[in-house]
Amino acid sequence: MTSQEISEKLKAQFGDAILEVKIDGVLDPYVKVSPLSVKSVGLFLRDNPDIQFDYLMCLSGVDNGKDILGVVYHLYSMTKRHKITIKVDVPKAQAEVPSVQSVWASANWHEREAYDMVGIVFTGHPDLRRILLPDDYPGYPLRKDFKVPEFYQGMKVPY
Amino acid sequence: MPDTLTAPIKTSTGRALRTEEMVINMGPQHPSTHGVLRLELVVDGEIVVDVIPHIGYLHRCFEKHAEHMTNYQQVIPYCDRMDYVAAMNMELGYALAVEKLLGIKVPDRVEYIRVIMAELQRIASHLIAAGTYGLDIGAFTPFLYMFRDRERILDLFETTCGARLLYNYIWVGGVSHDLPPGFIDKAKAFCKYFRPKIKEYNDLLTFNEIFVKRTANVGVLPADVAIAYGCSGPMLRGSGVNWDLRRDDPYSIYDRFQWQPQIGKGEMGTVGDCWDRYIVRIREMEQSINIIEQALEQIPEGDVMSAIPKRIRPNAGEVYVRTESARGELGYYIISDGSTSPYRVKARSPSFVNLSVLPEICRGSMIADVVAITGSTDIVLGEVDR
Amino acid sequence: MEQFLRNIIDNNFFIYGVMAVVPLLWIVPYALFAVWLERKVSAHMQDRLGPMRVGGWHGWAQTIADILKLIQKEDIVPTAADRKLHFLSPWIVFIGSYAAFAAIPFSSAFIGSNINIGLFYVIAVSSLVVVGILMAGWSSNNKWSLFGAMRSAAQIVSYEIPTALALLAVVMIAGTLNLQEINQQQNGWFWQWYLFRKFPFIFVAFVIYFVASLAETNRTPFDIPEAESELVAGYHTEYSGMKFALFFLAEYANMFAVSAIGSTLFLGGWNSPFGDFLGGPFWGVFWFLSKGMLFVFVQMWLRWTLPRLRVDQLMYVSWKVLTPWAFACILGVGFWMMF
Repeated sequence: MTSQEISEKLKAQFGDAILEVKIDGVLDPYVKVSPLSVKSVGLFLRDNPDIQFDYLMCLSGVDNGKDILGVVYHLYSMTKRHKITIKVDVPKAQAEVPSVQSVWASANWHEREAYDMVGIVFTGHPDLRRILLPDDYPGYPLRKDFKVPEFYQGMKVPY
Repeated sequence: MPDTLTAPIKTSTGRALRTEEMVINMGPQHPSTHGVLRLELVVDGEIVVDVIPHIGYLHRCFEKHAEHMTNYQQVIPYCDRMDYVAAMNMELGYALAVEKLLGIKVPDRVEYIRVIMAELQRIASHLIAAGTYGLDIGAFTPFLYMFRDRERILDLFETTCGARLLYNYIWVGGVSHDLPPGFIDKAKAFCKYFRPKIKEYNDLLTFNEIFVKRTANVGVLPADVAIAYGCSGPMLRGSGVNWDLRRDDPYSIYDRFQWQPQIGKGEMGTVGDCWDRYIVRIREMEQSINIIEQALEQIPEGDVMSAIPKRIRPNAGEVYVRTESARGELGYYIISDGSTSPYRVKARSPSFVNLSVLPEICRGSMIADVVAITGSTDIVLGEVDR
Repeated sequence: MEQFLRNIIDNNFFIYGVMAVVPLLWIVPYALFAVWLERKVSAHMQDRLGPMRVGGWHGWAQTIADILKLIQKEDIVPTAADRKLHFLSPWIVFIGSYAAFAAIPFSSAFIGSNINIGLFYVIAVSSLVVVGILMAGWSSNNKWSLFGAMRSAAQIVSYEIPTALALLAVVMIAGTLNLQEINQQQNGWFWQWYLFRKFPFIFVAFVIYFVASLAETNRTPFDIPEAESELVAGYHTEYSGMKFALFFLAEYANMFAVSAIGSTLFLGGWNSPFGDFLGGPFWGVFWFLSKGMLFVFVQMWLRWTLPRLRVDQLMYVSWKVLTPWAFACILGVGFWMMF
């Protein structure tokens, strides 16, 4: 199925929750959905017999600037051999996105990483802890406004 | 049978003896966690009730570094350091992603050199995987046999670019050096030398009765679980899923060669057990030799530097490119804001995703099996933690 | 030898003191040599050279240098360890394996104690090792050590059964537990050895004994108590310096002890394989030691070839394979002797 058909199916199913569809002029076509609908969109994409996105290739947390954080889901279907990118934007002040861990099990660690690095809270995640950084690390290093703290645990941070 | 096994043990005074599970730390300093992985094991005697992996001990801020470089080319040495035993594959993925972002086409000779290097690197990486796996099971000797042959591959790399582990060889738009004179003959000699060695490994380790007993039917990963957890590479193929990005989502020039992806068939036990994952790697080495031999025959002459851009400044946009590294699907998600350095680079490393399935397949096995399963996932902690 | 010493000084303390030290004169140089040999054997099996520097010729002085280093090392005891047990356990392990040598005949003229129940004594006293290992594992206050000790105890106790049963098959023919007498019964050419009598029952018993003895000495493929890739170093994880060296010495002494028992019962001990050719008490020592070393070499060979079994598989081999076959051997020998 082409990205066009997939996005049309999504629009028919979810209507207003689909905020933006961009297919031409980009390397990877994407569909932007509203944050709260992402889990139901995921379930639909995985379980619809014509679409069957059973493989979550990648889940990235991004700082889009202007106080907007984003989550990007790269999906692939092992059976149908097509792919799509789903995007979600949330304001930095209330960075909450429903977890898709129950849809694709591989999202578990990816979401923990996005939480760790960008500070997006995935509601409904079973075990949302920092994954790469120490539990007491201040701030979220991949946010653009992150400043390396001068001291960490009383130790001077060089540079 | 009455439940004598599960009934509480009585002390001499008739009180029930209190038993409890023990929490035990495997790593970060442990001989068989392949680096600084820490597994928190909850054990009931020798039986593992739960496994909680803790990672991050080797986190070197790859993604943050990538954002802070002054240009795209400078990220490549950091890619090397992610999966330090398969550095060529790491570079290749990044170079392909940036080239797609720039929309440039590299000369044919460069494509061939890249494929030869990537496949040699895959063999070197699988040799380490299989060798250390033998070590995990307790066989020390195959490990050194495999390192002996890996040396020859590293010698080839050394003659090409001067480095043996971290190459900085595959650049955006080209490679750093052309092949040195005599490389093709040396590589052909290596292929001829290496084929019989695979049989030697099989005699020594693969079909050893004890090795099979230790790995067959252990850590069975069913295909649907593997896909749900996003496993890839030998891990996914070991579960019987016929899936290889080099064939199913071809990049570079992999569609020009004749070869077969290898899958686990459950020859010794169940499909998706540790032995299947191991044998997939052994057989893949042979397929990589096939690819290298064809590439060495077909390689054209040409200038390897001609397509290297003077200044890399892609238009604003984003790209997700995935390649088959030695461990599985290596994805780079690169966002460009139109400047000379990337806005965001996310590396989807195969070991990171493959490792996340570990608790799922370890529950209910024994401590020795946890070692066998961890070894069969073939993780490189540099890549898990990035 | 006892008579010889009595001629010099007729003092029991002196005589038994000397007799007790004599095996040590063999064990310590042997252990140094065996560690070096193990490294060389493994190296040559693995396409490398092993130690080549210390002492000049093929690094022959490497283990001497190692032991000097171990002597000088700080003796580290974990803070939470049970200090008394931690101190005692290497000694108990070593005493257990060394005491076994008391009843093993080194030659027709030398045996530490020519007792009637020699074999029984050897089996019994070598079990003392388990106590030491358990003490080491428990006192270290380390979970990995404890695991190693528990595994080791389970393993040695289970494998003693097939070992003893296999030896019992020989004892049935010999009609004695005195090891010196068992040796004398095998006098003559090598087909007089028990290995080739009542064929194939004793031969099978020999194989069972050898496999089980590998497990008793914690050698590969049964080295799960100190399984490096699983338990770091098993029960001696928390030991350093001379205490660690003692464990090592005990392990190698144990290797030779089981080899010596195997060669005494099955391969004629100090008897020359060629009748009276190169016979006599002095050559006897040579034959006895070379037969023992042959076993030791085979143990090393296996170690660098085979992977390691898992705990449950180990128990399976003991209880469901070796023990029934050992019983079958005993029954076979019994029927043979009756009819």
